[in-house]
Amino acid sequence: MITSAMPLLQIRNVTRRFGAFTAVDAVSLDIEAGEFFTLLGPSGCGKTTLLRMIAGFDAPDAGELLLDGRPLAGIPPEARPLHTVFQSYALFPHMSVAGNVAFPLEMAGCAKDEIRRRVAETLALVHLEDKGAQFPHELSGGQKQRVALARGLVNRPRLLLLDEPLGALDAKLRQEMQGELIRLQRDVGVTFVFVTHSQQEALALSHRVAVMKAGRVEQCDVPDRLYTQPANRFVADFIGKINLIEVEVVAASKIQLHLRAEGLGAIAATDPRPLRPGDRGAFALRPELLRVHAHGEAAGLKNHFSGTVRELLYLGDVTHYKIALDCGLVLEALMPNAAPGRAKFHEIGDPVAVSWRHDAGVFLHEPPAR
Amino acid sequence: MKKPGVWLWAAALTVYAFLYLPLAIVVIFSFNDSMLNAEWVGFTWRWYATLIHDGEMLQAAGNSLLIALLSSACATVLGASAGIAMHRYRFRWLPLLVLTPVAMPEILLGVSLLLFFRQVLDLTLGFLSILVAHITFSIGFVAVIVRARLAGMDESLFEAARDLGATPWTTFRRITLPLILPALAAGFLMSFTLSIDDFVITFFVAGVGVSTLPLQIYSMIKVAVTPEVNAVSTLLMALTLTLILVSTRLAPDVLKGRGAV
Repeated sequence: MITSAMPLLQIRNVTRRFGAFTAVDAVSLDIEAGEFFTLLGPSGCGKTTLLRMIAGFDAPDAGELLLDGRPLAGIPPEARPLHTVFQSYALFPHMSVAGNVAFPLEMAGCAKDEIRRRVAETLALVHLEDKGAQFPHELSGGQKQRVALARGLVNRPRLLLLDEPLGALDAKLRQEMQGELIRLQRDVGVTFVFVTHSQQEALALSHRVAVMKAGRVEQCDVPDRLYTQPANRFVADFIGKINLIEVEVVAASKIQLHLRAEGLGAIAATDPRPLRPGDRGAFALRPELLRVHAHGEAAGLKNHFSGTVRELLYLGDVTHYKIALDCGLVLEALMPNAAPGRAKFHEIGDPVAVSWRHDAGVFLHEPPAR
Repeated sequence: MKKPGVWLWAAALTVYAFLYLPLAIVVIFSFNDSMLNAEWVGFTWRWYATLIHDGEMLQAAGNSLLIALLSSACATVLGASAGIAMHRYRFRWLPLLVLTPVAMPEILLGVSLLLFFRQVLDLTLGFLSILVAHITFSIGFVAVIVRARLAGMDESLFEAARDLGATPWTTFRRITLPLILPALAAGFLMSFTLSIDDFVITFFVAGVGVSTLPLQIYSMIKVAVTPEVNAVSTLLMALTLTLILVSTRLAPDVLKGRGAV
């Protein structure tokens, strides 16, 4: 990604309170030009409030927002060079599709023939070139979504804010629109700030993701690092499926880490951080990094524990196992059914063993609360 | 759904008969070729012809129409403003304040307006006092209709307009106004109906010299219910019915108690 000297949008220590409730709590983020940036979090985490402050529908109680280095405070929504795609699309029901897309150009005072040209161009961009004369109520959900995107992009704003734009679509259409969004953003080069509660959407679409919880940013990173190196228990648990094991550090050298879990015993891991014996936290392990063996196979290795298959979910390409270890701990494992001629490898009740590489998991250090 | 049974039909018919039979009788006797509302003699347009040549009646009808037009125009503007304000600013007391005149007994409103015009403003009763009184009781109805229309609309429409570069005024002109237009038309027609039919309040604030259609009818029946009264009542009824039908078609959300699409 091209990183210019100045971020396009700077969010500095922004706080927004509603009575005693702090919706956004001292959030600082930098969003670069050309980026597909996602605010991800459960409902009520403050992501939409933050979006509304960027759009100008709401104002921070503290902190500031800078666009191209200039403060946005006091600038009304109509004067901000950014547009919003609403979850409900908010298409004007009394205007045709072309009328809706032309609206921001008219507001900007463009000439008639230029408006016509750019509306046609933008409708072609979202594959709706033949729908210009139709009215919003005549369109399907996916088509409305495209009109809303066209209307937001037609006069090339500095920033396009998208508030859960795929939330109202069914699963198949949502997947289709995801591909479409990536293509659109790449083709028009407009910076996207995308709000969603779907971790799958966030990982699939974004260059960078800020995970929010209770008004705070828990972690801001590229999708693969967010997935493989979650900063804390919340991020680990929110993004994808994960096994969390309560552990304590026994010994730590340069990169070697020896952990101990109640009942389970010693776990070997790696961690470059300076950790001390007695440090506590969670050991996070993705299900797809666990290997499930037939009982007795590969015994004697590190991070090797025996148990039985308690539940399984056969999904065709993969099987999702729940393995009860001898100590009572239940771990989830995801196994690809990649062997020719075999549908799955283990059945419920089978005695099995699980193992993982010493660098498979992540130790989430949790200093005791003061 | 279950079909309504015989008894339900009978009950419904009785109620509708109770409501509409007296009206039907007025209509029928307005075409009766007899001075007495006693028995059917034969069909005639005579009483309608008499109406056209009744100078006082025409004067009253002219007053009624002019007052209805002016008062509903003013009430539409003021009521729409009130409706928008009630929708946008959630002041608890605002709806109460706007809607109270709607629920207030007419006689109270009439008496208090009379006192207000005479004692406080020292206004000579006449056309102006009737006009102001009619505006007063119509505002609430328009406000309710406009608010119902706004309540059924997606709030983000107005935010979207601002977001796409429209100032608050442009947003009102290009988005809000076109979207509440059916409600404005319905409110106008509703006010018109209320104004043209009003008797009680008008009676108090009319003073001497200026008469409206309902006042004129009243003064005529003090002598006797002539077929001419039947004829003018029938015309008034037809006008009212038409306006009500049109206004409920324009603002179905008010009748159905939900937002229009």
